[in-house]
Amino acid sequence: MRNVSAIYQRELLSYFYSPIAYVVISVFLVAAGFFFAGNLQIHQQASLKGSLDSTQFFLLLLTPVITMKLFSDESKSGTIETLMTSPVTDFDVVFGKFLAALSLYAVMILPTWIYVLFLTIFGNPDFGPIFSSYIGLMLMGGLFVSVGLLVSSLTKNQVVAAVIGIVSLIILWVIGYLSAYGDGWFYEALKYIGTYDHWSSFTKGIVDTRDVIYYLSFTALLLFITVRNVESRKWR
Amino acid sequence: MIKVKNLVKRYVNVNAVDNISFHVNENEIVGLLGPNGAGKTTTMRILTCFMPATAGSAMVAGHDVFTDSLNVRQQIGYLPENVPLYLDMRAYEYLMFRAKLKNIPRRERRKKIEYCLEVTGITDVQKQIIGTLSKGYKQRVGLADTLIHDPKILILDEPTIGLDPNQIRQIRGVIKGLGQKHTVLLSTHILPEVEMVCDRVMIINKGKIVAMDTPANLMKQLKTGSNLVLEVKGDGEKIKKSLSEIDTVESVSYRKKDDANEFYINGNGEKDIREAAFNCIVQNNYILRELKRQTITLEEIFHQVTTTETEVETANA
Repeated sequence: MRNVSAIYQRELLSYFYSPIAYVVISVFLVAAGFFFAGNLQIHQQASLKGSLDSTQFFLLLLTPVITMKLFSDESKSGTIETLMTSPVTDFDVVFGKFLAALSLYAVMILPTWIYVLFLTIFGNPDFGPIFSSYIGLMLMGGLFVSVGLLVSSLTKNQVVAAVIGIVSLIILWVIGYLSAYGDGWFYEALKYIGTYDHWSSFTKGIVDTRDVIYYLSFTALLLFITVRNVESRKWR
Repeated sequence: MIKVKNLVKRYVNVNAVDNISFHVNENEIVGLLGPNGAGKTTTMRILTCFMPATAGSAMVAGHDVFTDSLNVRQQIGYLPENVPLYLDMRAYEYLMFRAKLKNIPRRERRKKIEYCLEVTGITDVQKQIIGTLSKGYKQRVGLADTLIHDPKILILDEPTIGLDPNQIRQIRGVIKGLGQKHTVLLSTHILPEVEMVCDRVMIINKGKIVAMDTPANLMKQLKTGSNLVLEVKGDGEKIKKSLSEIDTVESVSYRKKDDANEFYINGNGEKDIREAAFNCIVQNNYILRELKRQTITLEEIFHQVTTTETEVETANA
């Protein structure tokens, strides 16, 4: 656990040493603020549902930018060699990096609480769906980060990691919509795999264990594959 | 400290490391010498558990690199080629991170770091961002990192590459000092370095060990050719003929030099031919102006060993 925390600290620090954290967070907040204001104006409702739905799309684009450097940069600069020859397990490394990226993700969405403040000042929002939405956002963040982490461990090139990460997340998102085009187990499966369906129940104020399990198990699976992939340099 | 037995690393079509065996004793500095692509880095990567071997076994500090990799990694300090560092961190911060990774207890970290900063002479730049440091200082930060957990074994891959002559000297001094407390395996293709720093040399070419001995012995072993250079006044052809008649001489060649001739004699290595050559010259009443033994430098040994492909008898010290 000490190794996890050492890696976690270093990764988190290095986000704030580079412009990445600042750029990503400001881009996200500009977009989120825009959607919040727009939704409020159109619907005149003290709710975050509409705006969070739109911001979710931005998270899709920005999370891979957060995760792109995690392994790509290490392989490119060769620091993977010093890292992996120190007494740490591959799991320590993967998990430390995962937590660091997830923390940055949390820092990124944290300022949106100010919208909740505005809603309570000028309206009377229902806090249930708001809390559940944030639980959903974090669970979804875990999934997005683990997708990005896996992709990053596959390539030395950060840009490639970001692009493939974004494309994978978009596919994961739209795959759910395909279920509208047919019936049967295949379309049911697509619906289950797609992230959108699980996310939308959180915005309605429902914390369904099925959705929680979907996110957690998917995240765990991806982390597991990442650990295996990092290990694979040993038998490739 | 390091025991390697029949180690093989196979890439798609080539054996990067081809069935090598060697061992390194405690507190010994061993130089791994070889041309580019000889398998030095691969060998080191196997020993540091970065990649596994295809076959064979390697024990480092009593632990097997395949089955007991975490323990091995706790015992080694590894400086990879080109010294990869996190360029966005400050030197002290980086060492702190590495100290945590290497399981140094919280209380001792500060002291250990300060010690390493001092040994490698970078106390003054500890607050600087690594990316802004010069190559020599980066190298030292890397070296400080390898020392931080006081490992029994240091594995240094070309620790002096890309440094200026003064820095090379300093780093060499540091390494030499470390050899008193640590076992060091370093790779290089700079020969004087090996002569100066190492107790033992291992020359490796195309994945095979072609020579292994102390630098002095290696030179002696290969100097048995006992080559002489003579400067003699007189008829070149005649002198060449009489010199060739000495039993232990293998070949003679000469060229004109000023008003005399310069002869190159290759002995067959069985005996010192200096006296025989001298007598021969004197008996024939030629005038000898100079006689000297041609010393082979490691450079030549290296060239000889890595180009002729004949395996030199290896003597394990």
